[in-house]
Amino acid sequence: MDEARPLWATPLQFVFACISYAVGLGNVWRFPYLCQMYGGGSFLVPYIIMLTVEGMPLLYLELAVGQCMRQGSIGAWRTINPYLSGVGVASVVVSFFLSMYYNVINAWAFWYLFHSFQDPLPWSVCPLNGNRTGYDEECEKASSTQYFWYRKTLNISPSIQESGAVQWEPALCLILAWLLVYLCILRGTESTGKVVYFTALLPYCVLVIYLVRGLTLHGATNGLAYMFTPKMEQLANPKAWINAATQIFFSLGLGFGSLIAFASYNEPSNNCQKHAVIVSIINSSTSIFASVVTFSIYGFKATFNYESCLNKVILLLTNSFDLEDGFLTVSNLEEVKSYLASAYPSKYSEVFPQIKNCSLESELETAVQGTGLAFIVYTEAIKNMEVSQLWSVLYFFMLLMLGIGSMLGNTAAILTPLTDSKVISSYLPKEAISGLVCLVSCAIGLVFTMEAGNYWFDIFNDYAATLPLLLIVLVEAATVCYLYGLRRFESDLKATTGRALNWYWKAMWGGVSPLLIISLSVFYLSDYITTGTLQYQAWDASQGQLVTKDYPPYALAIIGLLVASSTMCIPLGALGTFIVRHLKRGDTASVA
Amino acid sequence: MLWLLFFLVSAIHAELCQPGAENAFKVRLSLRTALGDKAYAWDTNEEYLFKAMVAFSMRRVPNREATEISHVLLCNVTQRVSFWFVVTDPSRNHTLPAVEVQSAIRMNRNRINNAFFLNDQTLEFLRIPATLAPPTDPSVPIWIIIFGVMFCIIIVATMLLILSGIRQHRRKNKGPSEMEDTEDKWENTVKIENGIPCDPLDMKGGHVNDAFVTEDERLTPL
Repeated sequence: MDEARPLWATPLQFVFACISYAVGLGNVWRFPYLCQMYGGGSFLVPYIIMLTVEGMPLLYLELAVGQCMRQGSIGAWRTINPYLSGVGVASVVVSFFLSMYYNVINAWAFWYLFHSFQDPLPWSVCPLNGNRTGYDEECEKASSTQYFWYRKTLNISPSIQESGAVQWEPALCLILAWLLVYLCILRGTESTGKVVYFTALLPYCVLVIYLVRGLTLHGATNGLAYMFTPKMEQLANPKAWINAATQIFFSLGLGFGSLIAFASYNEPSNNCQKHAVIVSIINSSTSIFASVVTFSIYGFKATFNYESCLNKVILLLTNSFDLEDGFLTVSNLEEVKSYLASAYPSKYSEVFPQIKNCSLESELETAVQGTGLAFIVYTEAIKNMEVSQLWSVLYFFMLLMLGIGSMLGNTAAILTPLTDSKVISSYLPKEAISGLVCLVSCAIGLVFTMEAGNYWFDIFNDYAATLPLLLIVLVEAATVCYLYGLRRFESDLKATTGRALNWYWKAMWGGVSPLLIISLSVFYLSDYITTGTLQYQAWDASQGQLVTKDYPPYALAIIGLLVASSTMCIPLGALGTFIVRHLKRGDTASVA
Repeated sequence: MLWLLFFLVSAIHAELCQPGAENAFKVRLSLRTALGDKAYAWDTNEEYLFKAMVAFSMRRVPNREATEISHVLLCNVTQRVSFWFVVTDPSRNHTLPAVEVQSAIRMNRNRINNAFFLNDQTLEFLRIPATLAPPTDPSVPIWIIIFGVMFCIIIVATMLLILSGIRQHRRKNKGPSEMEDTEDKWENTVKIENGIPCDPLDMKGGHVNDAFVTEDERLTPL
């Protein structure tokens, strides 16, 4: 190559790039859910074990490969073993799918951010119905935050079959999100290196502010106590261990090729072992930190809902029995109820069905993950805080930073192999290649802004990356250890970085991590097979809640296509190389 | 005789105003919820004010300008505070139709609320739905303004970066070719200096080192 490979200006930029890529939305909206489901404080035990046994070794492996080979994923794996260039291609395909649907989340974050500059917040009040005597029906049945998410943001259709039209508002936000990503990756490491300072550090600032605010909220301690009381019996549940392993795996972003791409811009003598350990520890600590914030917010929301439930019961009883206003309070509610039941039995039995049993536990138990947590639960908590506009802006700004940070890694995974390829980079400058990739992804991403777009989003989210990634990382680990040779890789590493390989890494790469990945893959496959038909949650506007529906056959076909298109690259790549080599050998034999 | 008439009148009134009677409405106030410590006690004076407000609302309806405070009847006042009321016509034998009372109250709801320092939720007229205030809709939604600002900033920044990238690219392409031009020019000027072509061998390959010349001269002063 005529030009020297662009490098990170300082090793700190590389660390920040990895952190901003790994610390993403999953830390905020998936880990707290898992923590709640699998025993609160005791979930940390399998989580930390999996981090040391699976997370750190595989992260180090990817960074080492990238730094030694100094090329993107396709070039790196072709150098290691020409038959496995398919692994690199599979990584690029998965990254491409991911970048298509991931930026839609940034578009939603932009939408909410722009709507946060209003008083009152648009998701805190229901819109009025036609003759202005009450509120919109769908909004009454659901809640105002759910209505704003499902109706105003997504304008969701009742099922995946009814696609509807492209909504221009989310489409505009999506275009803006892609323009922002393009601006950040335009100049390669030169621009990315500066942007990652913001995308890595700003979310922490916001989290700290939220931590202080969250801990001082009324009822926050309820949520924290609920989350952190360890339920030790969950340690025996195999699902807890499997989910811990899965969370570590996907949270670090292994197998996409982004880490290889980032590491390829390193100085050869960079100490990537230290950086691997630092990045994985910071990623996990951020998850735990974010779940503290999330649970104090949960506690606040649950306490608020519990108290409004109690107030509704008090109002109902006060109105039915014409008691003096202010006589019934939370403290004397039970005694008065029993008194009324005995004194006016007939009237009480009329009113009784409407009296809800308010329970703080049941409010806390509503575990939510994913977009539901970020855009419904959090907004519900924010609308009840004072100066809610400020908190809303801060929160969605943080979501945006987390999302853009991850997008930088995803696009780097796609662009690095393209810019490394001499064929493409001789025709087009890298600005044009980046622009083309962003344009194509944006155009396809407009599918997710249709009325049924959220259902397609869930398909991509659940199936595009899960199984293919496990296979890719398994092949990567097996290749480095057995096909290429662990000793050979060790000597390569020593020659490039000047440091020897610890026995711990060798043991993990050779044995433990591949075994873990195989067991995860087996679990996933058996899960898919035993559930039979795949189902999804559809929003029913008439009832104001989610209902479960089956996927139509063409959706199932697309799911299969998604999984196949990335996993098939591996054997096809091997086959292709074999054929090309066979032809070349045939040519040289005929010439000689 | 007068006492009998009085009893008769109050009996008729009692019949006109009854919970669930035709054209009667129930009113519910939540004073402590609305005003907390500053809640006033609900007494006959407050009731008089209420009757006055209802009469005022009815007087604004065409054909009902003759409504007096005494035409508004209250009954069944509870501790809640809640009571029923009806509005009678000047003959005090019939009650005014519910529809008229409903529309009158709806139109003047704000004045009635303000008279008691209450709002639609704390002064409830059951069966008279309040007209809810629609949220203020600015002509241009605020989010589009902020979107427009961000969009312009990003487009401008992108254009600047692309243009500076193109300029750098051009400078790099010009650079090597410019260097070659100056070298050629230098050689050309040397050759054609003074109009006489100098011997190329003199200038190329070998320069006189002045330092050595001076050394020799110093060393041999004789």
